[in-house]
Amino acid sequence: MAPAAPTKRVTLSEPLPLDGGQSLAGVEVAYETYGDLAADRGNAILVCHALTGDQYVASDHPVTGKPGWWERMVGPGKPIDTNRFHVICANVIGGCMGSTGPASMAPDGKPWAMRFPVITIRDMVRAEVALLDALGIERLHAVVGGSMGGMQALSLAANFPERAARVLAIATTARHSAQNIAFHEVGRQAVMADPDWQDGDYYGSGRQPDKGLSVARMAAHITYLSEAGLTDKFGRNLQDRDSKTFGFDADFQVESYLRYQGSGFTQRFDANSYLYITRAMDYFDLAEEHGGRLAEAFAGSKARFCLVSFDSDWLYPTAESRHVVHALNAAGAAVSFVELSAPNGHDSFLLEHPALDRVVKGFIG
Amino acid sequence: MSGAATHLRPDLAVIAANVAPGTRVLDIGCGDGALMAALGAKDCDARGMEIDPALVERCVSRGLSVVQGDADRDLADYPDKAFDYAILSQTLQTAARPDRMLDELLRVGRQAFVSFPNFAHWRMRASLALGGRMPVTRHLPVSWFETQNIHHVTVLDFRELVRAMDVRIEREWFFSGERPVGSAGANWRAEYALFELSR
Repeated sequence: MAPAAPTKRVTLSEPLPLDGGQSLAGVEVAYETYGDLAADRGNAILVCHALTGDQYVASDHPVTGKPGWWERMVGPGKPIDTNRFHVICANVIGGCMGSTGPASMAPDGKPWAMRFPVITIRDMVRAEVALLDALGIERLHAVVGGSMGGMQALSLAANFPERAARVLAIATTARHSAQNIAFHEVGRQAVMADPDWQDGDYYGSGRQPDKGLSVARMAAHITYLSEAGLTDKFGRNLQDRDSKTFGFDADFQVESYLRYQGSGFTQRFDANSYLYITRAMDYFDLAEEHGGRLAEAFAGSKARFCLVSFDSDWLYPTAESRHVVHALNAAGAAVSFVELSAPNGHDSFLLEHPALDRVVKGFIG
Repeated sequence: MSGAATHLRPDLAVIAANVAPGTRVLDIGCGDGALMAALGAKDCDARGMEIDPALVERCVSRGLSVVQGDADRDLADYPDKAFDYAILSQTLQTAARPDRMLDELLRVGRQAFVSFPNFAHWRMRASLALGGRMPVTRHLPVSWFETQNIHHVTVLDFRELVRAMDVRIEREWFFSGERPVGSAGANWRAEYALFELSR
């Protein structure tokens, strides 16, 4: 696909109220669109990105030059067909690809850094709904997301039930588990332990916590893969050498791979954004927002829901999707659910999977 | 919806013809969704449950609302009387506890349609009585060691169970292959049976 035009961006006219009690004025939301909006504005699909994703769902990334993160799913003739649908993907607030986040300028003309308010998944969704308002889109044909994108899709369905006719949540959960929070805390502590983090005030200092962010990414990346997937891909294979070095170089291919993933990530992602977005995910508990009963979150919803999990995903295992399905059934909502078999763990939703394609295409209609 | 199936199995065709239009229906063990599609064409709000992920995927990809689940466990997810009809076709004999399954059907649905293979069909009796072997027939083609049918049942057994459970039989249909069979001698002549139940 052709490189994207310069990022589209709206500045929200109203201050954005946040779950933390503050409100944020002058919020900018950067987004991309693909495919034409129909005259009746009824063919819009909001795709929500995951923790380290961005609005470049189906166009080249401006920093890395790599193809969009879900090009195999979104595009002309793809399961989410941009010949038929107008696809919108916005960078979440707290992010670092053009939407307001910790690297943005605060009213005092300096970067927010750690003065940026802690945000939630619902706050991200509020910003996305404000974007839809600005774009004049009242009701989405569908809201779609995997992982943290799925959390946004569920949150939108619960908090703005009239805004989406279909809700497709893939490899996700309605609440972060202790294990999910624990892994995120490891990542955050790695960032904060890096002396170059400088309490978050690294902007303009010529130093940034690349080492810490890289370790955070390496640890997180393991959780996105399955043990079988790692074994299949790397086993105990050595990296460009015939024997162990009896040192601490990346002797093993898996070490080399993780280091590469970690350092590549620091080229395109802001460390403070990583802190804020992981925090938002950890705070996510859709039932808690609705009196402790998840079914209440979806009471009266007229939307159709589809949940998909993967059997090798141990980050957001099938039981988490079933928990949501249980609540949707109790709420009387129209829900589909399928656990797909895939070898690659949580990341399966981003990878080649013909059955996923068929489910997405069939559900989107 | 991707058109009503051109050919429904006879018990499913009877169910499709006898479910009132515009009602809420749960099809438990919905397979590839053929009955749900037919009910959708009657403006029913049809939901499905299916244990086989490949079949669930086919249902979802044709736009049906189907949940991958195990009826023995996951019917508990649904509130009381969430549906006008609960349908269990050719699945009762695979349940861990068919009596409890019937209870659940009539808890989540105001009425139920239940069909099952009749183990007292004459071919079965012949195979067991004359051949001394567990029957393998055109309607139950799987050998004893790999069949999912763990609770074989006959028409008489079923009548006795529902009577004991205070479940009312509203209507009943019997089939041999594609053909309907009268209720006289059904326990001999029917390969499978369909009952409409209420409580």
